[in-house]
Amino acid sequence: MAARIQIPREARRGEVIEVRILIQHPMETGYRHDDVGHLIKRNVINVLSCRYNGVEVFRADLSSGISANPYVQFYTVAEASGDLEFTWADDEGQRGSERQAIVVKG
Amino acid sequence: MRRRDFLASAVGALALPGAALAQADPVDPLVRALANGAPLRKGKVALVLPQLADNGNSVPIRITVDSPMTPADHVKSIHLYSERNPVPNMANFYLSPRAGRAEINSRVRLAGSQRVTAVAKLSDGSFWYAAAPIVVTLSACLDES
Amino acid sequence: MRRLALAAVALAAGVALAQERAIAPGELKSGSAFLGSDLRALQNDDFANPGMLWVERGEKLWREPAGKENLACAGCHKDTSMRGVAASYPKIDKASGKLLNLEGRINLCRTERIGAEPLRYESEDLLALTAYLARQSLGAPIAASIAGAARAHFEAGRASYHLRRGQMNLSCAHCHDAQWGKRLLSETISQGHPNAYPAYRMEWQTMGSLERRLRACLSGIRAEMLPYGSQEYLDLELYLAWRAQGLPIETPGVRR
Repeated sequence: MAARIQIPREARRGEVIEVRILIQHPMETGYRHDDVGHLIKRNVINVLSCRYNGVEVFRADLSSGISANPYVQFYTVAEASGDLEFTWADDEGQRGSERQAIVVKG
Repeated sequence: MRRRDFLASAVGALALPGAALAQADPVDPLVRALANGAPLRKGKVALVLPQLADNGNSVPIRITVDSPMTPADHVKSIHLYSERNPVPNMANFYLSPRAGRAEINSRVRLAGSQRVTAVAKLSDGSFWYAAAPIVVTLSACLDES
Repeated sequence: MRRLALAAVALAAGVALAQERAIAPGELKSGSAFLGSDLRALQNDDFANPGMLWVERGEKLWREPAGKENLACAGCHKDTSMRGVAASYPKIDKASGKLLNLEGRINLCRTERIGAEPLRYESEDLLALTAYLARQSLGAPIAASIAGAARAHFEAGRASYHLRRGQMNLSCAHCHDAQWGKRLLSETISQGHPNAYPAYRMEWQTMGSLERRLRACLSGIRAEMLPYGSQEYLDLELYLAWRAQGLPIETPGVRR
């Protein structure tokens, strides 16, 4: 699953940084019908997790109430240089992941 | 105080505005289950939604909780509820002192005009909430493309 | 003398066409001017604009070898800037004489140059490639030519634009020339320009081509939707490009 992450490339230690993620996923609600009237099965990303150098700093339970191609923005403290790694899974068991490096100075 | 009066006032403290229509409100029992007896107070939470949605498929939402986000005093989780969506518990966000700031932005689906409620659970076990109304209209034209 | 006469006729025709514009060049407004502030902000957010997911995919595909020749688009086009290319479409393909939109051009390249299968309308890959190419023309003014062989297509497109159709017996002109800026239920009618396509449309909850948007309009007025790639859509796309001449490309647009 394609995804985009936006975090500052660099930050000062202790700085609160903005983290944004956009994931390509239809977040199919299970309430729509196709051209011939059949119900399209629900399939949404139900869990999203962000680990900063292996430690979970953010987690979300998502549902069909989150828009297609889900967008989430939150904050985290820049503690050390390393990776922010996102992982997620949908109702069909498909998993996705994306990571972005950050350099923390000071 | 008599036991019956105490229970009545405790239940009253948990009830959200609009609980008089409790039989039509799917949010109230969910929030009660979340709080599990703890008092639910209005405040600390700011829920920002447009007054009028451009389109109910994607509405920007911002939830901010007034909290120092220290190990001693921080937001543990934020829960989002819709009173009209088929799935009332829209999302839950789990934070820690590592967040630095208790603010979430996202885009949500809203099935019609309604009140949206955000409940924050703090590290001291207290629950705080805010609710905001939004008008959501249908698209002008049918689209079978 | 004859050349002067022809020039005079062409000039007069040009003037006549200019006078025929229902919306003067100075009055042109992109569809984003008719959005609520929230969707306009989303379109302008280069990160959160959902259409950018397709632009990124398009960039990847542009560099990926494909087909029997195992060539990438970038293989032939190398580092040549593609800026301005999308803004010049639809245009006549010199070799075949056919009017092509961007989708048609991509598929012609795929089938004739790299021996690859053509991509279906609304497929993720075709949306991605058209979004990527149009994005390379971001800010460039629409400048499609209606000269020479394109002229007949322009006139067919103009006729199509002004044709009443469907249960509601409306033509495109009824809303987009005569009533733009006015309300249709809770929405404001736009001028109906193609400059932000392919676009991420909230109604679709995904990216879609200009032809999909035209089909949506047709279904909206309860008219029969033509199949994708129909000549009538192509001619209409050319007319719409002429009508939007000078409007900067905004792809990927975010629309209701």
